[in-house]
Amino acid sequence: MRYMMFVCSDTEPDTDGADLPDIEAWVEENDAAGRRLLGNALAPISSATTVRVRNGELLVSDGPFAETKELILGFDLLDCADLDDAIEVARAHPMARSGRLEIRPLADFGQ
Amino acid sequence: MTDPAREAAAEAAADAYPRIVAALIRITGDWTLAEDSAQEALATALARWPAAGVPANPGGWLMTVARNRALDVLKRASVERRKLQEVALLAEDASPGEPEEEIVDDRLRLIFTCCHPALPLEARVALTLRVICAVPTADIARAFLVSDSTMTRRITRAKAKIADAGIPYRVPAGPALTERLPGVLAVIYLLFTHGYDADGEPAFADEAIRLARLLSRLMPDQPEAAALLALCLLQHSRRAARRDADGGLVTLGDQDRSRWDRAAIGEALDLLARPAHAGPYALQAEIAACHATATSAADTDWRRIAERYDALARIAPSPVIELNRAVAHGYAHGPAAGLALLAAARAGGALDDYPLAVAAEAELTARDGDRERAAGLFREAAARVHGASERRALLDRADAL
Repeated sequence: MRYMMFVCSDTEPDTDGADLPDIEAWVEENDAAGRRLLGNALAPISSATTVRVRNGELLVSDGPFAETKELILGFDLLDCADLDDAIEVARAHPMARSGRLEIRPLADFGQ
Repeated sequence: MTDPAREAAAEAAADAYPRIVAALIRITGDWTLAEDSAQEALATALARWPAAGVPANPGGWLMTVARNRALDVLKRASVERRKLQEVALLAEDASPGEPEEEIVDDRLRLIFTCCHPALPLEARVALTLRVICAVPTADIARAFLVSDSTMTRRITRAKAKIADAGIPYRVPAGPALTERLPGVLAVIYLLFTHGYDADGEPAFADEAIRLARLLSRLMPDQPEAAALLALCLLQHSRRAARRDADGGLVTLGDQDRSRWDRAAIGEALDLLARPAHAGPYALQAEIAACHATATSAADTDWRRIAERYDALARIAPSPVIELNRAVAHGYAHGPAAGLALLAAARAGGALDDYPLAVAAEAELTARDGDRERAAGLFREAAARVHGASERRALLDRADAL
């Protein structure tokens, strides 16, 4: 199953900073195992632009659509057997401790 | 139709039900089909068995009826041949003398999937009651004070999440099992306390004990599963003595101990006699066992209980544990010691919304000799408690002072 993993900041990060996993090692391991299809960090939120079309008119504005304290900092597209496997991949990511990860399956309209 | 026949039928059916649902889910992957088929088999059995007698192999009989029903539905939906063959072979699974392994795994799988942490807690409880214990949705809704349609939505949404999010139908292995088991035990214990609470649904306590017994049998190398069963049995052993003739709550110290269920206590003590370990359920069960084995309230080994609460406060600290620890120390080492620990526990404000903390202070204050202050505290606790029977018990205490 394919899961989109959103890498987010969190207002209450883990206070235990010991043995923080290495992101390079995480990427390398999951790429090699075929569990990570693609992914990247995102540029700062200040670079975001919001686009809407209303009544045929293009509305472009600065910044994210919603103001939230937890920001999406990056993403990874995972290919895992099931949710438990995806949870194990996520727990090994350094941001599981300094932030939070949201795992969501891609919608399957093929069935 | 005699009542014993009806009871025997219901008992055999309840035992077989989770096996059938679990096996059908494993093979078809369709929770609704599995439940509907098992329900229909159950209804057929309850209609026939009281008159015709319970068949020699009730589980096999039910599995056959449920399997045939599932096959009919799948054929109509013209499902691929391989799946049909698997379902057709199912009845063999329930025949006596075949290896238990596969069936055992199925029921465990079902329990772990219903209690998956990716589901909201209230959905885990509802799903467990509905899918494993076959409790009607309307009964679950009533017990949790929501409408039928809300409960139906909650259960439907949980099943949809299992399918959509890819929650596996599997018992976790290795370290993952150690991480996940406490969550499963917590759901069962929540179910038990919901049944055991003064104004709760008594049938849920029986269902919880049935589940805990199943789990401890299926996971003999997990001492906390057996400890949970022991804890539930010990608390449940007092059910007949907890109410007076008018339905009012009787506190532990005032209960008629001859009305405690000795068979349940015996089973629990046997479970606790296994090699000791210091998990949270084992410690709580040992505390309950201290009460169960005391011949009178005065004879209770409060020092041992206080020691167990010290250990609990170290491994599973919570405001409620600190509260009970203070009460235990109050009996073991005098009311002043209890009041000091209680003040420390309440200092953080975590017990502010907990009227039983006020009741505990009242009890300790009364034993410390300040009757007037104690009566006032009992009235304050009564004003803040939710259950009607608890409120009356607290007011009675205030009046007695």
